[in-house]
This record gives sequence, structure tokens and C-alpha cells, in this order.
Amino acid sequence: MQTAKKSNVLKQLRIEKLGFSVLTILSIATVIPIIAVVIYIIYLGAPAISWEFVSAMPSEGMRAGGIWPAIVGTFYLTIGTALFSVPLGIAAAIYLSEYAPMNKVTQSIRLAIINLAGIPSVVYGLFGLGLFVIFLNFGTSILSASLTLSIMTLPVIISTTEEALRAVPQSFRVVSVSLGATKWQTIWRLVLPQAIPGILTGVVLGLERAAGETAPILFTGAAFFLPRLPNSPLDATMALPYHLFVISTQVPGMPIQIQYGTVLVLLVFVLIMDIIVTMIRSHARAKRQW
Amino acid sequence: MPGRKGSGSMDKIIVENLSITYSDGVESLFDINLRIPIHQITALIGPSGGGKSTFLRVLNRLNDLADVAKTTGKVLIDGIDILDPTLDVIALRRKVGIVFSRPLPLPLSIYQNVSYGLELMGEKRKMVLDDAVERSLRLAELWDEVKERIHDPANSISGGQQQRLCLARTLSLQPEIIMLDEPTSALDPVSTAKIETSLIELKKDFTVIIAPHNTQQAGRIADHVAFFLQGKLIEFSSAEDIFTRPKDVKTQDYISGKFG
Repeated sequence: MQTAKKSNVLKQLRIEKLGFSVLTILSIATVIPIIAVVIYIIYLGAPAISWEFVSAMPSEGMRAGGIWPAIVGTFYLTIGTALFSVPLGIAAAIYLSEYAPMNKVTQSIRLAIINLAGIPSVVYGLFGLGLFVIFLNFGTSILSASLTLSIMTLPVIISTTEEALRAVPQSFRVVSVSLGATKWQTIWRLVLPQAIPGILTGVVLGLERAAGETAPILFTGAAFFLPRLPNSPLDATMALPYHLFVISTQVPGMPIQIQYGTVLVLLVFVLIMDIIVTMIRSHARAKRQW
Repeated sequence: MPGRKGSGSMDKIIVENLSITYSDGVESLFDINLRIPIHQITALIGPSGGGKSTFLRVLNRLNDLADVAKTTGKVLIDGIDILDPTLDVIALRRKVGIVFSRPLPLPLSIYQNVSYGLELMGEKRKMVLDDAVERSLRLAELWDEVKERIHDPANSISGGQQQRLCLARTLSLQPEIIMLDEPTSALDPVSTAKIETSLIELKKDFTVIIAPHNTQQAGRIADHVAFFLQGKLIEFSSAEDIFTRPKDVKTQDYISGKFG
């Protein structure tokens, strides 16, 4: 009787161990492709990286020289996208989380935002072409492309910011109001600072996607090749993802290192954004107290 | 009012025929009539869910945030009907402070917790804020314990200290009425004793309304006791009368521990 019980327990422990092993292997398996891709890109792209590559204009039909205008272009587009989508997204999230009544209209707005995140990016590109480039007459420009990318980025920023705001305990709001705070004072002094780490996550997720997209800027602002850097928001620009698309499909006899070098630069660009935001976020988290 | 011996003072709060219904029908109040005297401690006792918290949250209109379907009757503070929809609720909430049952420090420093309410009013002068913080923390019997680390996060101090911090935070606005909703339910006996000592000191300058977390606490500190049961005010009298010669059999049963 005693031994039977003991062997039963041992059997359960063995099954548990097996289960954990399976989970460990599965979680490692999800990381392997990411690591493999990164190593592959570094292996093929690193030989192309040089000071000239990241600082010079392309030459010889983009088969030589650097990708400086594409780097600058992607930087401008990311900043432009942030300028429109961050304030608008945070404002919309504050409204949805703090002010909007719990009714059918609010529910359908929320549903619409979630569905927007699932629209293929080329559809945003066509929409941007119709609205910003043609109807509003902004032309093929950084402005049109940034606005198009903003619309694509907004759903991500709105839904993560709303989550972050909702995660701030309700009790803080009640205490604040009981001390004579208005709703806006409570949001501004208490809720927003506490939600900053979560908001930053949403912002960086959205902007990184914007930095890497090709389709939305294809018709709205990206140029095949420009002999000089853009000097106004109404100029078209080169951009890393579109440049990559061009040199991979449109230019015959393209050296492979230049393609992978471009990918590597885009990857580093996104990585730098990640590092900056992670630093700000951990600084903000250290201040968070719940 | 029967059985209010020795009060001899004016009433700070007059409640007439107050009824409240929540949208889901839970924890409402039925036809409450009550006069809360100035500069005394009034305790609201009764089993939980009896309407004590709801009653407190009417007095500073915190119920505005809850899902209240209907409020009828009159609540006069210093003769002004605070249920008037055009009333300046911000001014009301500064005048009627509340301490909650769990210590709820804001995610700020000890100092900022106390200065928060004043800063909301636009007070920026450091000297005024410093003075207010020290005065409030002294009143809450916490100053000596935290004066060396006043800029530390508020959640770095013990639960008992946090609750006194919450009391100091309420006092910083120099309210006229202080409400405490089971303020010591999460505290150890030593912290509880310190809060009770503060309250007895505070009633000289403030009108105190407390929902104590047990009947014994009401016995120790209250001048007047109101017994709430299932949203109705069963009996309201001096503490002495309630504890020695309750009029209602339900009060007697509750106090003697037959239910609760």
C-alpha cells in the first residue's frame, strides 16, 4: 500500500519533469529562427559595412557607394510618424480609458481600432495615396508618407496605451479625487506618469513597424533614387525598406553584400530605438510604485 | 432627538430622509435621518454591507464616481445642501476629508503624498508646503518616524505608518470634517492605538466620523454611535446610551455579539 503510493508520486514527478522539458524545448525553438535570421544577416551584411557605406551617397546606379540618404529618410519618416501618431494615439487612449462612457458606441470604436491593426499595409498605402497625396495635394512627400504611417501605427499605440492606463489601480484615482483633484489633474499628475512604461512599449512597437514598412510609403513618399537629401517635408525621400526592395528586385547585377548590408543597417536602426526606449522605460519603472 | 445627553453643541451635518439606490440595487440607504454634532467623534457601527461606506461617500460626494441610480433627501453641512447638483464638489471634498480602510498611499514620496492636495490647489511656495507637511504629519503622530526620510517612496514605510500618512494627507487640506472608513482594519494593535490617540486629539478642531472596524473601537473613542443595519439607521444615540441601554433589540443583539 505504502510503496504503491510512493511509486505513484514518483510517476507524477516524472510526468511533471517531462512536461517542463517539453515547454523548455518549445520556448527555445521559438527563439532559434530569430537568432538564425540575425546571424545570417550579420554574416552576409557585415562585409559591406564601412564608414563610406553609412555616410556616402549611392553611386554607379546604387551598385556602389553608400546608403546615407536612405538612412536619413527612414529617420525623417520615423520622426514624422511619431509627431502625428504619438500625441493623437495617447489622447485617443486617454479618452477611451478615462472619459468614454461604457456603451455600444465606445465598444464599436474600440472594435474598429483593433480591426484597423489587421488591415494589410498596402491598403494603408493606397489610402494614403488617395487622401494625402492626391486629395490633400501634399504630393509624394515625407509629409504624406508620415501621415500614412501614422494612421497605420495609431491602432497599436491606442490599444497598448489604453491597456497601460487601465492597469493603473482605480484606488489611486479615488484617492486623488477625494483630495479635491479634478479628473484631468488626476490623469495628468497620477495616472499618466504611472502608465509611461506601458505607453512607451506601444509607441516603440508601432514606430518600429513604421520604420520597417515598405508598402505604405511606396505610393506616398518613397523615391527610387534621389541625388540629394530631402530639405523639406514636402520632398520625397529614399528610405531603408524601400531601398532594399529596389536594390533587390529592380537593379540587375546588385552585389549581395549591399543588400544584406542595408538590412543590417535597418536592423541596427530598430535596435537603437529599442535600446533608447528600454533605457527610458527602466528609468520610469524604477519610479513606479505598485 | 432622543438620548443625546450632554452634547449641548450645534450640529455640523444634518441628514434628512436620505435614500440611495445603486443601479444594481446593492447596498443602498433607506430614509436616513441623522444629526452629527460638531467637534465630536461619531461612530457608524453595524455589519458590513449595511450602508456605512455608502453613507460616508455621500458626505463628500465620492458616490458621484460610483454607479448611483438615485439619491433623494437632504444632506446639509453647515446649512448647505451638498446634494445640490450645482455644488462645487472640489471645495466640498477639501472640506470633508476621507481616510480609506486600506492604506492607499499614492505612488509618490512621503512628502508628495501630503503636499499633493495643496499642490492641486496651485500652492507652489516651498515654505508653505514644508510647513503644511510637517504640521499634518505631526497631527497624525508620524513626523518623528519619517522626518529623516521624508523624500523616500511612500510605500517604503510600514502599513501602520502608511495609514497615518493617509490621515496626514487628509489633514493637510485643513478639512472641517474627517471621515474614516474602517481605518484600522488592516493594522496591528500598536498602529491602531496611535490612530485612536490622534483621533481623540483631532476632535478638538475637527468633526470626526468613523466607521470603526469593531464595536470595541467605537466604545473606546466614540461620543455618539449610529447603528446601521441593511441600509437602515436602527438607532442613533450617545455612546453611553448605545452601549449600556440600547433601545432597539437589534442594537442590543449586535452589541452583545449575537450577530455581526
